[in-house]
Amino acid sequence: MTSEWEVVVVGAGPAGLTAALVAAQGGLQVLLLDAQPGPGGQIWRGAAAGQKGAAGDLLREVASHPAITVLSGAEVVAAEAGGRTHLLSVTSAAGLRHLHAERIILATGATERFLPFDGWTLPGVVGAGGLQAMHKGGLDVRGRRVVVAGSGPLLLAVAAGLRRAGARVLAVAEQASLPDVAAFGMAAARLPGKSREALALATGLLGVPYWADCAVVSAGGQDQLQSVTLRRGRREITLDCDWLAVGFGLVPETRVAALLGCPLDGAGAVQVSAWGATGVPGVYAAGEVCGIGGVDGALLEGFVAGCAASGQMERLRDAPRRAALQRRFQRVLERSFALRPDRLPTPSPTTVVCRCEDVRHGQLQPFTDWTAAKLQTRCGMGACQGRVCGPACETVYGWRFGGVRAPLAPLPLAHLLEDPSTLGPP
Amino acid sequence: MPELTLDGLRVTARPGTTVLAALQNAGLSPLRRSLSGEPRGALCGMGTCSECRAVVDGVTVRTCLTPVRNGQDVRRLLEVNRDF
Ligand SMILES: Cc1cc2nc3c(=O)[nH]c(=O)nc-3n(C[C@H](O)[C@H](O)[C@H](O)COP(=O)(O)OP(=O)(O)OC[C@H]3O[C@@H](n4cnc5c(N)ncnc54)[C@H](O)[C@@H]3O)c2cc1C
Ligand code: FES
Repeated sequence: MTSEWEVVVVGAGPAGLTAALVAAQGGLQVLLLDAQPGPGGQIWRGAAAGQKGAAGDLLREVASHPAITVLSGAEVVAAEAGGRTHLLSVTSAAGLRHLHAERIILATGATERFLPFDGWTLPGVVGAGGLQAMHKGGLDVRGRRVVVAGSGPLLLAVAAGLRRAGARVLAVAEQASLPDVAAFGMAAARLPGKSREALALATGLLGVPYWADCAVVSAGGQDQLQSVTLRRGRREITLDCDWLAVGFGLVPETRVAALLGCPLDGAGAVQVSAWGATGVPGVYAAGEVCGIGGVDGALLEGFVAGCAASGQMERLRDAPRRAALQRRFQRVLERSFALRPDRLPTPSPTTVVCRCEDVRHGQLQPFTDWTAAKLQTRCGMGACQGRVCGPACETVYGWRFGGVRAPLAPLPLAHLLEDPSTLGPP
Repeated sequence: MPELTLDGLRVTARPGTTVLAALQNAGLSPLRRSLSGEPRGALCGMGTCSECRAVVDGVTVRTCLTPVRNGQDVRRLLEVNRDF
C-alpha cells in the first residue's frame, strides 16, 4: 500500500463513510481506516454492505468506489500536523506504518462516559452502548435479565435493541427528570424522519418500565454481577440481573485531533467552521468528535467535510440550514440529559476509579487536579491511558483531562523497536 | 463455522463474531484479575477500556476488536497468569 494519500479519513462510522464517499466523488484518492474489524462505526457495527437500508447502501457504495481504499483493524496511534502533508502512524496486524496525508478528515466519533460506584468493576457491569456493541459482536443475550441505566437517548436505543435480540429488559433507569426527557422527545419528533423512529422505539419498549429521576447506587455480586440497587426518590430498589448496562452519555473521541493540535471547544469537542474545517489547515472533522448529536448529524457533517475537503462547494447550498436544525436538536439533547450531581452514583472511599491501576476514590479525593493525581497515584497511567477514568474524574472531581500522548494505544514492543520515532520526545 | 479453543475448551462461533463474544457465550467470566486481585470483565465493547484483553495465538489483544478465526488458541489472562 502506498503511504501518500490525498485524503485520509479516520473513523468509518456514518460520518467517516459519508465523508470518504463524497471526497472520492470529488475526484480524490481516499484512504478510510478504522480500528474496528469492519466499517460501520458504533451504530452500524456489523452491518453488511448491500443489506436493506441506509447503512447497507452507504457501505456498498464505499466498498465499490474505485477511489476509496478501506483499511479495517487499523488504529491511528500517533499523528503530527505538517505544512503541506500531515503524518499518521497506524498500527494493525501487519505492524506499524506511517502515512502522509494532504488532507485528513477526523470522524473518530465518541466513547461512553462511565462513572464509578460500588460494584461497577464486577464482570457483568458493562457500558450501555457497550452491551449493544457486544451483542452486535455476537454476544447471545437471549433470555438474559438486563437493567439499562445511566443517561441519554442511547439507553432507549440499547434497551430496544437488546429486547429485539431476546433479552429481558427489567427497567431503564434515567437520571434526567421526566419533563426534561419529554422536552427532548418533542424536539426529536420535530426533526424530519425522527417521529417514525421514535414511535418504533416506543413500540419496541412497550411493557419495559422507564424510570426517570433514577440514580444507580451499587452493583452486587461475588465474582460476577448478581444484582443492582437503584434509587427512585427516597426508595431503593434492588433488581437481580445478569447484565447491568450503564453509561452516562457520550464523550467526543478527540485524541487524534489533540495530537494534530486541533483546538477544542468548551465542551471538549473539536471546534469546526461551518464547512467542517478545524483550526489546523488541511484537517477537517465530522460527526460526534465535533459534539454529540446522533447519526443524522454525523451523516450531514460527513457530507459537509467531504465536500469541503474536495472543493465541491456547490453541493453545500442547503447545508447551513440543515446544520442549524441539527445544532438546535443538539442543544436540546445537551440540556435535557445534563448530568445532575444528586442523581449520579456516589463512589465510596474504597470504590475503584481507575480500573487499570486500581486507584480508589479515597486516594484521589485529596487532589485538586489531574496531573497531581496522576503523578502521585498512577491514575490514568494504565492500559486504557485515561480513556475510562479521564471522563469519570472530569464529572466526579471537575478535573480537565489533559494527558493525550502518543502512542494512543499499547503497541507490541517489537513494533516500537522497529520504529522508535513513534514515541517522540516527552 | 470457525472452530477455536478457549482455555482448552473447543467451541464453534459464527463467522463475524468477536473473540470476546465467543468467551462470553462460553460463560468464561471473569477475564482477568486486577492489580489488587479483583475479578474483571469487558466494559466498553469498542476497544477503549482494555478490560477484555486475552492472549490469542500467543499475543495479548483486545478481544472485542479481534474477530474469531478458525484454529485460534485463546487463553484468558487469568489462565496464563500474566498481566500488564
Ligand atoms: C459504544 C457505543 C454504542 C453505540 N450504539 C448506538 C446504537 O446502537 N444506536 C444509536 O443510535 N447510536 C449508538 N451510538 C451513538 C453513535 O455514536 C452515533 O449515533 C453515531 O454512530 C456517530 O457516528 P460517527 O460517525 O460520528 O462516529 P462512530 O460511529 O462512533 O465512528 C467512529 C469510528 O472511529 C473509529 N476510531 C476512533 N478513534 C480511532 C483511531 N485512533 N484509529 C482508528 N479508528 C478510530 C472508531 O473505531 C469508530 O468506528 C453508540 C455509541 C457508542 C459509543
Ligand atoms: S471491552 Fe473495552 S477494550 Fe474491549
